[in-house]
Amino acid sequence: MTSITDTIARALSGFRSTPMSRAFGSWLGKIAGGFLALLVLTAIFAPWITPFDYAAQDLTNGNAPPGWPHLLGTDQFGRDVLSRVIYGARTSLSVSATAIAISITVGMTLGAAAGYFGGFFERAVMTVVDLTWSFPDILIALIFVAIIGPGLTSTTFAIAIAYLAQFTRLTRAQIVRLKQETFIEVTINLGAKPHHILLKHLLPNAIAPVIVVGMLAIGDGIVLEATLGFFGLGAQPPTPSWGAMMASGTAKLFLSPWVIISPGVVVAVTVIAVNLFGDELIRALDIRDRIRDS
Amino acid sequence: MLIPVSISISVVIFLIVHLLPGDPIDNLIRVGSSTEDRITLVLKYGLDQPLAVQYFRWIGAIFQGDFGEAIVLRRPVADLIAQNLPYSLRLGGAAFAFSSIAGITLGTISATTRSAIVENIMRGFILLGSTVPGFWLALLMILFFAVQLQWFPVSGAKGWSSLVLPVLTIGFGGVALVARVTRVALLDVRREDFVTLLHAKGLPSRTILFRHLMPHAMLPVVTILALRVGWILGGAVTVEFVFGRPGLGSLLIRAIGQRDYPVVQGCLLMLALTVMLGTLIGDVAQAAMDPRIRETKK
Repeated sequence: MTSITDTIARALSGFRSTPMSRAFGSWLGKIAGGFLALLVLTAIFAPWITPFDYAAQDLTNGNAPPGWPHLLGTDQFGRDVLSRVIYGARTSLSVSATAIAISITVGMTLGAAAGYFGGFFERAVMTVVDLTWSFPDILIALIFVAIIGPGLTSTTFAIAIAYLAQFTRLTRAQIVRLKQETFIEVTINLGAKPHHILLKHLLPNAIAPVIVVGMLAIGDGIVLEATLGFFGLGAQPPTPSWGAMMASGTAKLFLSPWVIISPGVVVAVTVIAVNLFGDELIRALDIRDRIRDS
Repeated sequence: MLIPVSISISVVIFLIVHLLPGDPIDNLIRVGSSTEDRITLVLKYGLDQPLAVQYFRWIGAIFQGDFGEAIVLRRPVADLIAQNLPYSLRLGGAAFAFSSIAGITLGTISATTRSAIVENIMRGFILLGSTVPGFWLALLMILFFAVQLQWFPVSGAKGWSSLVLPVLTIGFGGVALVARVTRVALLDVRREDFVTLLHAKGLPSRTILFRHLMPHAMLPVVTILALRVGWILGGAVTVEFVFGRPGLGSLLIRAIGQRDYPVVQGCLLMLALTVMLGTLIGDVAQAAMDPRIRETKK
């Protein structure tokens, strides 16, 4: 009888297993990777490729349906939706990536220290981690937005804290496993200092799964950023963000649904691409078991 | 485990008001109040006492059902929670029931027919369920089912029909997830020796499925459902807001926007307790079903 956790892990792992979809899978991964690269470039070069000023209002031409010259239509203030979606990519990607970078840095430090030193420190860290682990990420983020107040900075920190537990857990699991390897034992016996072992031997070996999980977490972070933005707790006007765009679109939901549909499609496609690409990375690096460990 | 966790969470939630930049009083006081008003408020909330004393007063009051007074709505927070909680519980309960019943049924069908198409559709839905933002899905549901087809009301909480779209939105990802776990678990159990024996005995396959396979396969399903309680609650927070339903989630989000901290604290505490209670019920259900877990936890 296989264990329960194993059954669940297999049920959740990957999303292709038939030979046909496996062959197709690597194509999907490449397409997803290409899309993400394109999206990042679009965000970087936003000022040069947006057809209109994202904040320029044209009240006589409000709620215009998709067409020419506004390819994705205009919102209730007559602002070009396409330009706002492109600028929204800047907000979403930078907030999410910054948040996850903070989360990885802090999480790896905590996890590595907990895994390496063990004892009371490890128990204390892991208690807090388990505590946040059982809570939905939106709830954790809302707690911290409640403390710091709405805005982009607090959104960034809220996302960073919401995913901190994940990286701490993962890094600790890696370190605990690596510590038992012979080469670490040899290094210890050769008289290496703890910081040398941690920085030169343990962390470099533990980093691959953390980076890939971090990449997947950027996708979750984008959804969380959009959700907070939708509640009016993220980017404040006039900064365009995907979530805030959809929030302002609800006022004229029936009159101009395209204001909501296009940013939502972009969020969904981006996050799906992140997942497919991350899945591809996991397979290419052959680290599924190491991620499942934690 | 449950008691230390509850205590730590209550401390964090208590500290929200005190971690705010500036004096908590600034957030509690109305604009244009005199110094006397300020001093009365400081004394009323016991802010001249040490933090630990304040915490024990606060938690003591909560045990007596006193969550303080909402600043913006000017009503006891306990009343607000009592008014909104039933809506959240109804939505959460319905979404939970929907994802478990539909998920287990679909998973069983897909395991018995072993259809690759059903399997791939399920995987696609899991991917969509975990990537598509809940509030956007809710908006699309409103656009399609409420505006285009006019099958269900756009928003509000009158009658059962207003529950359909929110439940579908929250349950969407959950159904696929539960179905997939059910399928994998059923296919696993089917490979066991005792199942071969049952077939050899000549039992009808329906009896084998329902009497012998299902009880085994339900263990991982219960585990995933227990984990799902938190997710459903998280989903309910956003979905309530979009559909304009009363509930803890929409109360919380409005309160954060208005910086109504007693309400924020009360809602967060209730939501946190619900998550923990859900996890606990999941653990108990698992122990009740699986003698092996009962043994290890002793």
